[in-house]
Amino acid sequence: MAVSIAERILGAPGRRLVAATLAFVSALALLAEPASTQTAPRRLAIAAASDLQAALPEVVRGFERSASATVEVSFGSSGNFFAQIQNGAPFDLFLSADLDYPTRLAAAGVADGSSLYRYATGRIALWTRRGSGIDVSKGLAVLTEPRVRRIAIANPEYAPYGRAAVAALRQAKLYDTLRSKFVLGENISQTAQLVDSGNADAGILALSLVLGPALQASGTYAEIPASAHPPIEQGAIIVSASRNKALAREFLAYFRRPETNTLLHRFGFTPPAR
Amino acid sequence: MDWQAIWLTVKLASLVSAILLVVSLPLAHWITFSRRRWTFLVESVVSLPLVLPPTVLGFYLLLLMGTRSPAGRLWTEWTGHSLAFTFEGLVIASVLYSLPFAVQPVAAAFAQIDPTLREASAMLGASTFRTFLRIVLPLSIEGVVAGVVLSFAHTVGEFGVVLMVGGNLPGVTRTVSIAIYDQVQALHYGDANRTALALLAFSFVVLLGVYGLRRRPWAATPLA
Repeated sequence: MAVSIAERILGAPGRRLVAATLAFVSALALLAEPASTQTAPRRLAIAAASDLQAALPEVVRGFERSASATVEVSFGSSGNFFAQIQNGAPFDLFLSADLDYPTRLAAAGVADGSSLYRYATGRIALWTRRGSGIDVSKGLAVLTEPRVRRIAIANPEYAPYGRAAVAALRQAKLYDTLRSKFVLGENISQTAQLVDSGNADAGILALSLVLGPALQASGTYAEIPASAHPPIEQGAIIVSASRNKALAREFLAYFRRPETNTLLHRFGFTPPAR
Repeated sequence: MDWQAIWLTVKLASLVSAILLVVSLPLAHWITFSRRRWTFLVESVVSLPLVLPPTVLGFYLLLLMGTRSPAGRLWTEWTGHSLAFTFEGLVIASVLYSLPFAVQPVAAAFAQIDPTLREASAMLGASTFRTFLRIVLPLSIEGVVAGVVLSFAHTVGEFGVVLMVGGNLPGVTRTVSIAIYDQVQALHYGDANRTALALLAFSFVVLLGVYGLRRRPWAATPLA
């Protein structure tokens, strides 16, 4: 039928074109076949907030070994992932840097509310490059020194770590004085780049990044007490459209294990109270 | 609508296209008419931003401007602050980023000029500069206008580089594209939509201008 229509419209070349297209499509189908008939490989796609950049790979390696599965992690800003998942991004699990985004996804029916797990509370730290001459052990007050010209924080309008930084500075009554020195990163990892590249003099970053190998090597830090800002509670949630929900649940169970909590703690996260 | 961001973007794009006009005329002239063998080398360098992702340019500019690089250290010692997070820094980044959009249309227009016209001008004793002003420039004015308009529009549409070296300072480095990104991130889709629609309309009008110009309506309708 399709052939005859094509032939009527296009003549013999049309017929050849249709035949070639059919051959090409069936060849593609043959190529794709093995994946669908054999036992599907266990694959998990995770969207993770960029503050997990240092800690998560180690968790993932452990899980891949114990569950014999392949995990693909995409790091980015929680807000971006929120919008993407809402619009059908093919992630199985979302590890947000706050609780608000997962809760909203659950409310919209895009994520499975019963799977919501508060996996950790984030902390912030003051960080500067080695050799900048800024003594971060003096605490936030050091930021008022004239040698500190630019302070990098994550954009407080949407980045949870940016909001925490602003809250800590407000509590220390430094916010209004320091405001004019701020430069804003799009997510916490990009904020770290701004300082690490030597463009900003100091930054208020996620403790989890500061304790990672890259920033450990190039700078010094001082923790900002958890009491200085509202807790940065972070939630994990399974995406409703996921085809790998069982594996995602396995990952969350792995996330709850004491070993994982110890690891998260080592990277500056406060694991949930038991 | 973020008028501050719009005004900043217009200011940035105007300045960048003005600088690029001044830079692209001699550069395109040299690329098109020079008999040196390595013009293709310069042409390739000029066109690099066409193929490189903005992240490459942004990354290198970030490193170059920072105190990790000698140039960045020198600048910081000299002026007291890093070139990143400043309007001047954005201007430099944008000039680099939009360079091919200014040079290529101009060079293409130069190349289309009948060589006998330039030769005749030279035979009659006109200097290269005079030939440029009286022959080359008038005959390639469309290419020059296209170059200015395209570099303006391309600067307006710049995002990746600004995100990486701008630091998102309102009134200094928060351009329209960054403002839209912020609005989307903050889930203010309504605001993002309004600003994005305005930008879409603007870009369309610019392209209408560029392609309309290419049709040369005045050539088809002779003035009475």
